Amino acid sequence: MTDTNIEGQAVPQMPKIDKDDCCYSIDIKGLNKWYGTFHVLKDINLQVTKGERIVICGPSGSGKSTLIRCLNRLEEHQEGTIIVDNVELTNDVKNIDKVRREVGMVFQHFNLFPHLSVLENCTLAPIWVRKTPKKEAIADAMKYLERVRIPEQANKYPGQLSGGQQQRVAIARSLCMNPRIMLFDEPTSALDPEMISEVLDVMIDLANSGMTMLCVTHEMGFAKQVADRVIFMDYGEIVEEAAPEEFFNNPKHDRTQLFLSQILAH
Amino acid sequence: MTDALIHTRLPDRAPPISEAGIIHWARANLFSSVPNTLMTLFSLYALYMLVPPLVNWALINANLAGTDRTGCDANEHGACWTFIKVRFNQIMYGLFYGANPDQIWRPVLAFFSLVGLIIPLFIESFNHKGKLAAFVLIVFPFIAFALIHGGWLGLPIAETSEWGGFLLTFVLASVGIVAALPLGILLALGRRSELPIVRGFSVFFIELWRGTPLITVLFMASVLLPLFFPAGVDFDKVLRALIGITLFQSAYVAEAVRGGLQAIPKGQFEAADALGLSYWKKMLFIVLPQALKISIPGIVNTFIALFKDTSLVSIIGLLDLLNMSQTASQGHEWKGYDTEAYLFAAFIFWIFCFGMSRYSKNLEESLDRGHKN
Ligand SMILES: Nc1ncnc2c1ncn2[C@@H]1O[C@H](COP(=O)(O)OP(=O)(O)OP(=O)(O)O)[C@@H](O)[C@H]1O
Ligand SMILES: [Mg+2]
Repeated sequence: MTDTNIEGQAVPQMPKIDKDDCCYSIDIKGLNKWYGTFHVLKDINLQVTKGERIVICGPSGSGKSTLIRCLNRLEEHQEGTIIVDNVELTNDVKNIDKVRREVGMVFQHFNLFPHLSVLENCTLAPIWVRKTPKKEAIADAMKYLERVRIPEQANKYPGQLSGGQQQRVAIARSLCMNPRIMLFDEPTSALDPEMISEVLDVMIDLANSGMTMLCVTHEMGFAKQVADRVIFMDYGEIVEEAAPEEFFNNPKHDRTQLFLSQILAH
Repeated sequence: MTDALIHTRLPDRAPPISEAGIIHWARANLFSSVPNTLMTLFSLYALYMLVPPLVNWALINANLAGTDRTGCDANEHGACWTFIKVRFNQIMYGLFYGANPDQIWRPVLAFFSLVGLIIPLFIESFNHKGKLAAFVLIVFPFIAFALIHGGWLGLPIAETSEWGGFLLTFVLASVGIVAALPLGILLALGRRSELPIVRGFSVFFIELWRGTPLITVLFMASVLLPLFFPAGVDFDKVLRALIGITLFQSAYVAEAVRGGLQAIPKGQFEAADALGLSYWKKMLFIVLPQALKISIPGIVNTFIALFKDTSLVSIIGLLDLLNMSQTASQGHEWKGYDTEAYLFAAFIFWIFCFGMSRYSKNLEESLDRGHKN
């Protein structure tokens, strides 16, 4: 992990948190979740404003994936409220569908549909969920494939692409739904080192376009460059949250310090 | 700077003689060890003992001339294909069409229309596959029934109880296969459903049929089913067999499909969920295409088993290909020639089962996109 050439760059300002609840993109209050008797998320409170970019880090098993998977109801929570894009996530299927349409998710292992071509991967949901006419969906998909810099792979199948290319297709697939919020769960940790930067470049580009992003990652260079806030989780709790400069130069909590010393050591 | 090194590629060479060719193959596969060599010699001897007499009997010395058994009786060293020739219509189409050869164009027309309608489904560039498939599956069975059954436009009626032979085998197997596939898929989905009632019902239904032999199912369909209906309602015997076969077959299809569903990684479901696809769309577009591809060998196995098991309808008095062949050889006219009858039936069964098995292999290969995840 290097952190050169990022020091000089201007750290984005912390956006002013609007006190008005209606304007949060994501509003989590008193969230608790258990797997059986295992208390995996403990009293999570988190507000994300529109356009904010948040990086979540923490040791393995600390509940990072679980937290962001609660945001589009891939996981159910037992206590507390989660409001995403002004819709509360409950058992109501209609609300869940509404949220999922507005929230894109990128997985560690890409999860592309192997039996569909790259283009079909990108157009399936717009056509069948958003009811976009097919021609328009294809044009949109090509636009986003260009944006992730692989329009020439449109007619290939996922199995024919490298890991980095597959992850970029996965990002394009999510973008094709025109989401307002993007969730990333360790999008580069399954990639060979030489492919990490091509995916991070796309994510940086996306961050600069004003997308609201929650990103679980250990790419600290990425965090320093684009994050408005870094959140550190441990044992299911949010232990510390701060602007990246503060977070990396001046971690307050001893657990954060330990984590940072481990992760920056090599 | 000194001269740069220029690398020239070595030309490809043909492999040394011992590494390729028939001698190498034989040495590696047939004579690699003492037991292997003994096996090879024994097999060659067995073939030498079996094949020439069989060829002599079935082809060289066989009888085909004439229309009665006199020729066959005179030449006992050859197969009596005269019998099959004379009774061909009865064995292929059953009693009604055997007795009314001028009507045989009806099942033949139905069969070849079906073949003609199915062919475009396999042509890549044909654009109306969905509509045509729907026509073949939903409308065509009625047309075929009207044609084969008759009773309109002056066509003599061929009662279903008089359908038989290959015609009956084909009707029972194809309708059973086509009707059981969607039912089996629904049952497989039901068995993995999160709704306890749906899941419980599916498990109960599947295990009920899987735990019962087909012969029992057919017997119950024939004897018990009418008890549930008022006395006046007479249920067609073939229809009863079809219902029994379909329900039975659907349980096996369901289990084959379930194996495929289990092989789909969780990430595929999650990605589909995250994109906002509803349950049915997720299943239809993402999960089933992948799961069915994995289940093809299993599904085809159940089809082949069903195709052969249709012979069990003899228990309810229907005469399929096998039973009709046997029946034909039992009258005094052709008594003693049942070997020919069985061989002929076996040959027809083999053609269809082998065809299905090859087709499933092709389908698997053409669906393989060369991916791993
Ligand atoms: N379905 C599940 N059932 C039971 N326990 C689970 C389940 N999923 C996750 N856990 C447990 O919950 C804890 C948090 O898991 P989570 O995947 O959120 O961690 P993480 O912070 O994303 O870790 P990593 O960095 O390894 O991805 C872990 O201890 C894990 O073992
Ligand atoms: Mg994780």
